[in-house]
Amino acid sequence: MARVIRFRDALREAMIEEMVRDDRVFLMGEEVGYYQGAYKVSEGMLDKFGPQRVIDTPIAEGGFAGIGVGAAMVGLRPIIEFMTWNFSAIAFDQILNGAAKIRQMSGGQFNCPIVFRGPNASAVQVGSQHSQAMEHFYATVPGLKVIAPAFPADAKGMLKAAIRDDNPVLVMESETLYSIKGEVPDGDVVVPLGKAEIIRRGTACTLVSYSRMTHVTVEAAAALEKEGISVEIVDLRSLRPLDEDTIVHSVRKTHHCVVVHEGWPYGGVGAEVADRVQRLAFDWLDAPILRVTTFDTPMPYNAKLEQLCMPQAGRVVSAVKRAIARGRAAQNPSSSAQA
Amino acid sequence: MNILMPSTDQKAPESPVPLTRPSAELDHLADLYQRMLLIRRLEEEAARAYAKGKVGGFLHLYIGQEAVGVGAIAALKPEDYVVTTYRDHGIAIAKGMNPRAMMAELYGKATGCSGGLGGSMHMFDAKSRMLGGHAIVGGHIPLAAGVAFASKYRADGTVTLCFFGDGAVSIAGFHEGVSLAALWKLPIVFICENNEYSMGTPLSRTMSIEDVSMKALGYGMDRDRFFADDVLSVEHRIGEAVARARDLSLPTLVEIRTYRYRGHSMSDPAKYRTQAELEEHKKRDPIMRARTELVRDGYGEARLKTLEDGVEAQVADAVKFAEESPEPDVSVLEKTTYDGPFAA
Repeated sequence: MARVIRFRDALREAMIEEMVRDDRVFLMGEEVGYYQGAYKVSEGMLDKFGPQRVIDTPIAEGGFAGIGVGAAMVGLRPIIEFMTWNFSAIAFDQILNGAAKIRQMSGGQFNCPIVFRGPNASAVQVGSQHSQAMEHFYATVPGLKVIAPAFPADAKGMLKAAIRDDNPVLVMESETLYSIKGEVPDGDVVVPLGKAEIIRRGTACTLVSYSRMTHVTVEAAAALEKEGISVEIVDLRSLRPLDEDTIVHSVRKTHHCVVVHEGWPYGGVGAEVADRVQRLAFDWLDAPILRVTTFDTPMPYNAKLEQLCMPQAGRVVSAVKRAIARGRAAQNPSSSAQA
Repeated sequence: MNILMPSTDQKAPESPVPLTRPSAELDHLADLYQRMLLIRRLEEEAARAYAKGKVGGFLHLYIGQEAVGVGAIAALKPEDYVVTTYRDHGIAIAKGMNPRAMMAELYGKATGCSGGLGGSMHMFDAKSRMLGGHAIVGGHIPLAAGVAFASKYRADGTVTLCFFGDGAVSIAGFHEGVSLAALWKLPIVFICENNEYSMGTPLSRTMSIEDVSMKALGYGMDRDRFFADDVLSVEHRIGEAVARARDLSLPTLVEIRTYRYRGHSMSDPAKYRTQAELEEHKKRDPIMRARTELVRDGYGEARLKTLEDGVEAQVADAVKFAEESPEPDVSVLEKTTYDGPFAA
């Protein structure tokens, strides 16, 4: 059986089930307890587990992220909630130099089984310091795993997998996804990390995306379908490890690839996908791999400018058309202008 | 044998000097003396190996500060935890790590405590509950509070000692770690090893007050402050803080005033201080002091010599072990980055 629940409820169910299952698991962060969660993800958990296991912190990301790393080193399994991933910049040292390196620095003697989670990337008009896509910074770090589910079922199943993982796992959620609904299977369903999912089958172009941008690509795909263009959507779900097999297999079929994500175009997850596709599917590509990203500026507050900066379905549609046109031009140089 | 041994002409007496302390106490002091001497001699050999190019990277020596680590850790039970900075060899040995594992790590060998992947600044030993060697100043202080958090979460009665230098007191990690430990009443002792310099800058130019332990006041935390000349008094004073942590689950900030004889690291000629200042501090050498007391109180030169010969043998064995050990294989890289399949 499955139920239709919201994204935030799916995350909460995952935490509750894992905390019931394993008393080494606890939740720590700002406003997670008495306030019931800044975004109500942890609503009701304080009542269920008490203040020993649902722990409100002062505003001290470096401090409580470090507490989590130390506790994980000696066998606990902390879930550290950042009110937003933007604030993790304060805790970057703890994640980069602590969580990601404890195992290596100790020659494998110690693990750091910790989950860091919270909303990532843009919300609505919250300005440049609160709108950043932080996954690009973290996915580059060996020793970390980074996931970014787009649907409630994955949010639940992958968070459960993250909590059970013996490595540090960073879970990128989205403020604007917390209220979306989706079918979530009943029971103890764990979704393994590192597997992408093809959520729409198509033939003309592969769209690669994750988290909220997966929903933007779905919107773009519907628009393209009306124009007779069939696209395939790969929902990455996991950014590190990255399921290159699924991406490459799809691109070998469609011969075109457009990557859609929030965050800036310089480097990042899209660049990583582009590198793998050009290395592993070069002979199948009919056009350069294109990326649709946030503009290469800090996020503006103004509503229109903000929407302009963020990847929108319209920009995805136009990128797909450019890629396909470029492919046709390459095959038949005399018949078409350059893409 | 080395520069440490008093050059005075104390000859082994014909008949033993009468004991002026209970023999158990004297034996305990001899044990602490042995550990301090072992640390100093290991580090002197490490410095020699560094000069020969056998040890790479940074090498931050503990020479002069041995009474801090040895005295403080003597106040612990084996199941208690220790977390420290990059000046970590002495602390690791004091916590019970095998000298072979230390020296081999410095040599970057597979038999080192961290398999040759950590080096001088990252000494970890799960068996003796030595939780590193961390090389970002102050970053390990919240981590250490997390270890103490786990002790309290499990109510297992263990205590954590967290060492750091005076240079760490100005960074956020110190304040956030100490603040949370006080807020949540964690069983931890924060030990500031005030060796007067953060790298080449004296405390007077890095802090607005002179007394580091005063930082405890704003956090409502107990504090203590003393010199590290006498290893037994270090053990006793830290013992009080450890008892507060274990029995009452309350943290303490302790400032121990000490001095490093060498530069910040091997590449530092320490031109920011005078030779006279250094010599003045060497007169208060804790190892010399312990030895003098042992002789004075009747431990016996013959027993001391046996002890010192034992240290020399251990040091020689550690160096030989490190020299002869194999280099790590490239196959360790991926499996020490992730537990389980590599995530790329």
